[in-house]
Amino acid sequence: MTKKQIDPLERVAAEMKKCVKCGACRAHCPAFSTFQREPATARGKVALAQHLCKGDITLDDGTYSAMSKCLLCGSCVEKCPNQVPTDEIVIAAREALAQRRGLTTFHKAVGQVIRNRKVMNFGALAAAILGPLFFRKVPATSGLRLRFPMPFIGGSRHIPQIAKKPFMKRHPEVIQGEPGKPRIVFFVGCMTNFVYTEIGEATLALFRHLGCTVIIPKGQQCCGLPGMSGGDLNTVRELAEMNLAAIEAHQADYVMTACATCGGALHKLYPLVVGKRNPELKQRLQALADKTVDAAVLLQKLGLTPEETGTGSGMRITYHDPCHHRTAGITKEPRALLKRTPGLELVEMEGADRCCGLGGTFNVYHYENSLDINAGKSAAIIATGADAVVTGCPGCIMQLSDGLKQAGDKTRVLHTVELLARKIRR
Amino acid sequence: MLDARILQQLTDIVGSENIAATPQDLICYGYDATQMEFLPDCVVHPDGSEEVARILKLANSEGFPVFPRGAGSGFTGGALPKGGGVVLVTTRMNRILRIDTDNLVAEVEPGVVTETFQMAVEKLGLFYPPDPASLKFSTLGGNVAECAGGPRAVKYGVTKDFVMGLEVVLPTGEVIRTGGETVKGVVGYDLTKLICGSEGTLGVITKIIFKLLPYPDAKKTMLTVFDSIDGAARAVSTIIKNKIIPTTLEFMDHATLVCVERRFNLGLPDSGRAVLLIEVDGDRDLIEKQAGQIHRLIEPLGLVQFRVAKDAAESEELWRVRRLVSPSLRDVNPDKFNEDIVVPRSKVPDVIRRIEVIQKRYDIPIVNFGHAGDGNIHVNIMIDKQVPGQLEKAHEAIKEVFQAALDLGGTMSGEHGVGLAKQPYIPMELTADQVAAMKAIKRALDPNNILNPGKMLPV
Repeated sequence: MTKKQIDPLERVAAEMKKCVKCGACRAHCPAFSTFQREPATARGKVALAQHLCKGDITLDDGTYSAMSKCLLCGSCVEKCPNQVPTDEIVIAAREALAQRRGLTTFHKAVGQVIRNRKVMNFGALAAAILGPLFFRKVPATSGLRLRFPMPFIGGSRHIPQIAKKPFMKRHPEVIQGEPGKPRIVFFVGCMTNFVYTEIGEATLALFRHLGCTVIIPKGQQCCGLPGMSGGDLNTVRELAEMNLAAIEAHQADYVMTACATCGGALHKLYPLVVGKRNPELKQRLQALADKTVDAAVLLQKLGLTPEETGTGSGMRITYHDPCHHRTAGITKEPRALLKRTPGLELVEMEGADRCCGLGGTFNVYHYENSLDINAGKSAAIIATGADAVVTGCPGCIMQLSDGLKQAGDKTRVLHTVELLARKIRR
Repeated sequence: MLDARILQQLTDIVGSENIAATPQDLICYGYDATQMEFLPDCVVHPDGSEEVARILKLANSEGFPVFPRGAGSGFTGGALPKGGGVVLVTTRMNRILRIDTDNLVAEVEPGVVTETFQMAVEKLGLFYPPDPASLKFSTLGGNVAECAGGPRAVKYGVTKDFVMGLEVVLPTGEVIRTGGETVKGVVGYDLTKLICGSEGTLGVITKIIFKLLPYPDAKKTMLTVFDSIDGAARAVSTIIKNKIIPTTLEFMDHATLVCVERRFNLGLPDSGRAVLLIEVDGDRDLIEKQAGQIHRLIEPLGLVQFRVAKDAAESEELWRVRRLVSPSLRDVNPDKFNEDIVVPRSKVPDVIRRIEVIQKRYDIPIVNFGHAGDGNIHVNIMIDKQVPGQLEKAHEAIKEVFQAALDLGGTMSGEHGVGLAKQPYIPMELTADQVAAMKAIKRALDPNNILNPGKMLPV
């Protein structure tokens, strides 16, 4: 193998050495919990990455298969005694795979679409990102599964409706608030813009209620996480620069998002993968990362009061921690806001911090396993007897809804802001 | 080494889903926590003693080695396929077969994760005390094969103290039961004890019958800081001498405290030179009394801090100090040799002093912590393999540490086992006659030397 092919891995070679193969990741990895084979563990992937660097194995199907078995949920990183950043190592390996083998058909489509909002606005999102989910009509035993590098096939997945009019089309770019109040850039994210527009409306209502000026930059794009998931870091880099330019065009105190995944991209991924050779760009991205804040965290910081959020009717809820919140340390704020809201009773589920199983595009490549991981989650939710499960990530919302529907359960799935905005929007 | 015909026969036994031989699979079953690596020729995941028996019979007739493996979390290379062969993974056999609340026994398969089993029995008010640090991921089969210990061994003992019976597939493929589920039983040799700690060299464990205890009523956690290492070491023997057996008596030396404090800033007193984490369990009134007694007993020994946890959350907070040790050690040096010597409890102060001398002589950091209550000290020799000469120094230092333990009437390993890592040092502890007796057992049960060959006993 030439040096260039494993270049992304060389970037994390020093981190790999920290892994002592103790096996602690076996206890926490959701991918291992469903595959039950060592290549699915964090230490397995680190070992494979090390052997790739040594040239003992190549970027072939076997390596591809192992590296695809990761949800990038970060739980192994948190629990690792040596803090090995396996998520970064897997991202690097996927980038190396993509450089060597080219992107899969699916990820090529993802890359093309997420780089072009115009195309997305014409509904290509549905065809390209959710498309594979719609195509799950061929029986699981079909030979098509072998022909395609990812299974376009699956069971009776519950697919969310695409909104008739995207969120961003409904609102002007700048919504003036009261003078002296914070100016907030709202990074909307694709799921909120195209699918769960109610999350956008609720977020907007809450910050307008607090008197903030809300700026929804027209030039904002997909955060790029779906691209990263497939190793298409060039797309991530392109999108990072586009989003940076769109956000920097406005003077703002905060860059707020109601999507844990988008938050993860802006806060962690961009400074990590972009601008290695461009210190000026890296510095600007770091400034963006520092300004990025989750909607619930900002609502608490700006002093949203229980009187403003009371729902009136009594409701039993449970809370699911999105991985991109958990790894960023956002677990207390959403709970605090929900807990003190009159009418809401928060009951903790078992394993609230366990991944829902979506894992970016893991869900597309390993749908059965994704559901298997989710089954435990659904059972934990149902066991609480809650009327609704609440979370801070539209991706999780899609996955949790699918899982609960598959389990024949009617528990509602809501975003934190949807509950908090009830009284204000009434 | 394995030809296509043998691979096909193995596939016929376990099914194509449960055999793997791609380069990626071989890499992922070639390591354990020792950081050594040996690639197998293939990996099989059998389910049940019948499949295991067929694999072992085939191994005898075709002459290939078989290496049993649980979670692969061992510290001495017991599961590593040195020289190549077939890795036999037991994790598909992961059922808890029954928990008998009338007789306080449970029967499990070897692939059950230790913590999973503990949680299952605790739901019924029962208790399986062995708690190796790896309990969240290591398997019970591996725990039995290595005779795992843990902090609670002070009061409750180690894995073998809870094993009542086994189903074992012998190296030649016969399936036998050892022991049973009665408290007493003296018919025949005690093969159960022989298999416990045999490191997968005498048979593949396919079922385990465990003894259980009632779950203790309450527990109390105390964090105690001493102004000298000697004070802490003397506290251990003082507590025991006064007829109090705590559940746990975890020890951390000054080097350990510096590591933890530098990384995590826990606010331990500056004058602290050693810490003992003490836990007592049992009847609520009794442990209150014991905690008071312990405080009085250790107060004159240079105690600078005594914290008692009021509730489970505070207990967890105190345990955090101990749990943060491992992650912070890397700050000393990137590579560590984690030895687990044991000395009689009263000799803990002596062995610590001997290690201090060794550390000075070789000028490499040695960090000591561990289960002082049963005399089991984790001696961590921290080096940087990149620095020329350090690896050689480490090996010499390890040898001297072992000698110190042996001189004081101890052993070189309390719970990690021998595997490959300690094999070269065996003649320091075992006589030629002892080794010969052990080899005779191995030869009798495994005439073709196909099960985990080249492990434990000197080759």
